[in-house]
Amino acid sequence: MDDKETRDPVTGVDTTGHEWDGIKELNNPMPRWWLWTLYGTIVWGIGYAIAYPAWPLVQGATSGLLGYSTRGEVAAEIAAVDARNAEVSATLAAADLATLPVDDPAYQFGVSGGAAVFRANCSQCHGAGAAGGVGYPNLLDDSWLWGGTLDDIEYTVRHGIRNEIDADARFSQMPAFGEMLSKPEIAEIAEHVLALSGQEHDAAKAEAGATLFADNCASCHGEAGTGDREQGAPDLTDAIWLYSGTREAVTETITNARFGVMPAWGPRLSDAEIKAVTLYVHQLGGGE
Amino acid sequence: MNESSSGSLYAAREPIFPKRVSGTFRRLKWWILGITLAIYYITPWIRWDRGPSLPDQAVLVDLAHRRFYFFWIQIWPHEFYFVAGLLIMAGIGLFIFTSALGRVWCGYACPQTVWTDLFILVERWIEGDRNARVRLWNAPWSARKARLRLTKWLVWLMIAVATGGAWIFYFADAPTLLRDFLTFQAPVVAYSTVAVLTVTTFIFGGFMREQICIYMCPWPRIQAAMMDPDTLTVAYRDWRGEPRGKGMRRRAVAAETYAGGETGGRRSPVIPVPGLAQAAAAPVPARETPGDCIDCNACVNVCPMGIDIRDGQQMACITCALCIDACDEVMVKIGKPRGLIDYLALSDEPRERAGEPPRPIRQHVFRFRTLLYTAIWAVFGLGLLWALFVRPEIDVTVSPIRNPQFVTLSDGAVRNAYDIRLRNKHGDERPFRIVLPEGSGLALTLEGASGNEVIVPADMTALHRVYVTAPAGSAPASADASPVSFRITEPVSGESVEVGSVFNGKGSE
Ligand code: SF4
Ligand code: SF4
Repeated sequence: MDDKETRDPVTGVDTTGHEWDGIKELNNPMPRWWLWTLYGTIVWGIGYAIAYPAWPLVQGATSGLLGYSTRGEVAAEIAAVDARNAEVSATLAAADLATLPVDDPAYQFGVSGGAAVFRANCSQCHGAGAAGGVGYPNLLDDSWLWGGTLDDIEYTVRHGIRNEIDADARFSQMPAFGEMLSKPEIAEIAEHVLALSGQEHDAAKAEAGATLFADNCASCHGEAGTGDREQGAPDLTDAIWLYSGTREAVTETITNARFGVMPAWGPRLSDAEIKAVTLYVHQLGGGE
Repeated sequence: MNESSSGSLYAAREPIFPKRVSGTFRRLKWWILGITLAIYYITPWIRWDRGPSLPDQAVLVDLAHRRFYFFWIQIWPHEFYFVAGLLIMAGIGLFIFTSALGRVWCGYACPQTVWTDLFILVERWIEGDRNARVRLWNAPWSARKARLRLTKWLVWLMIAVATGGAWIFYFADAPTLLRDFLTFQAPVVAYSTVAVLTVTTFIFGGFMREQICIYMCPWPRIQAAMMDPDTLTVAYRDWRGEPRGKGMRRRAVAAETYAGGETGGRRSPVIPVPGLAQAAAAPVPARETPGDCIDCNACVNVCPMGIDIRDGQQMACITCALCIDACDEVMVKIGKPRGLIDYLALSDEPRERAGEPPRPIRQHVFRFRTLLYTAIWAVFGLGLLWALFVRPEIDVTVSPIRNPQFVTLSDGAVRNAYDIRLRNKHGDERPFRIVLPEGSGLALTLEGASGNEVIVPADMTALHRVYVTAPAGSAPASADASPVSFRITEPVSGESVEVGSVFNGKGSE
């Protein structure tokens, strides 16, 4: 390379004097403001790095003079939303759900907010679509173990079922008949239960099971097997089975009983959240 | 001399003092300037009645409610493809124009060009034409210079404020916003938008001008890729003009026309395109008689980019065609045919050098490439028109809820849920009736409503969950999936659509 400037004969433009393999670099000067813009961005960058979190350190990053953080921004946004919703939220917390009209803003707020509460707290057991699973009730259908009115649902959410945290939790315990009855007897009861719900069954055994049912089961499940919500005893005549309605599953239930637990949400959720999730669950298609 | 001879890699902007010119292209440009500015300033103030609950502004981008109103057309966010389609059409339109006529966009319609033109007009009006402005530039500061400068900047600033000010009216009801704006009740974003646009207009139109086009705008680079030898663009017929005449008589005539014309335009880099540029730079064969160019520099003096078109087609030229007007004026004065500088196609150069006439303009403009672009453009245009006129006034989507696919009820019936979205584009609330076809054996219920009618407020979308239940043991209840269709009727207008969906039964488990 040689530093002497030469003029390019074709364009009449000076070259920078740089040449690589016969290719010369022309010098069409950039405007000076361009350079100043570059310096400006550098100055800006320095200022930015001072004002905002920038330099990575071992335990995080420098915090910047403005004390800004994305976490803080999210927190501020959440606080702003909470503040905006404070009024409707208070209305909801104080509302009597049973008389709250559907077009009340608090109702709308409750359903949407309840959906969020549900996704965060309930979907682990009941599923994101609230369809439940084996042992976890489906909240979409029209069958309720402990009742499907708004008040019933709210009570269940607040106190839970068979938990040890809340003294007011809904409670009942089915005996494990495997300790009291013989295997053939249990099989006969199972056939009777299948018959009750109109499934394919052994008529002779079911006949025999009817007496055993009346003696052992009817006190909770009712003479006709239609259940008792006071005790959370399921209706055995319908098409809905919490632990599946097959012969094997029914036999297992009679032999060893079931003990489904739901936590009490009273200590964990606010009043407004409990009412919101109650409204949400109630309008999923099965509410009474 | 070239400014880079100092060896610096950076150079200060050299001021340009475009001279006044008149002629065909200048007139055309004044018209375009007037019309485009008028459209820009007036549009937000046009009223258009859409009923009581919708805005009555003809063109309105309602960001808060996510609507775009354009006269009788109303675009919802889900119809954003209209906007995408229009942008694509604008892009392809630019392809058409650029491949046919080079940088016409830059020369005539670009806001940068239009506003710069306006600013130069103001400048000329306040400080005088080229020579006066050069003198003023060189003069030391004085009361007069300060007064002229301040007046000019003030007028520029007023234009800039009006420019920024007009922009915000596209986004809110113009009269209301104007009142709020003047009483300091408008939203902060309105003031900041006006401030930003005012500053950019003032600086870009007043001080940056050609620097925007040469150093900041991406268009020249993209446009260069769309031009070919058949593209008509502003060029100098060097075979006719060279060698430039230096004769006293010519000088005298030129001096009459352009008293005190400066010499020596700023050279800007020549694009090494095959043909013209090399021809311009190659040694010109000596001729007996001088060429038609009298070296009066009229073309250089009027150029808003401060370049000399006689150096050949170059990156900085925005093809504003003012040099054509300037040169034509001179040619008429010296009794030569016009068009020493003219719209030319490179492909005609060999013919013209051989003394033949150029091919007619239509052969350059209507060629396969431009026709193909036009065809693509038209396909989009027709597609959008079709979409615009066939889209139903009642707009319904049905989405089956898939989590879970179905619910078994206590009596063994199977129930599916659907989210039905009903869009009411009318300016008043409308009832919508949802029914299943007769004899389907399925039952329909609406969540939170008795009966099968729902009211959708004006200009709103309502989401309703509906349940369809198949009795225990029926075909849809036990099948995997069976078709189901909803008939949705809006009784007021009598419009009705049928939307199909799927019903999942126990067989799908
Ligand atoms: S170069 Fe860019 S800014 Fe300049 S006239 Fe063309 S499009 Fe407009
Ligand atoms: S060279 Fe001519 S066409 Fe190009 S920018 Fe200058 S005046 Fe306009």
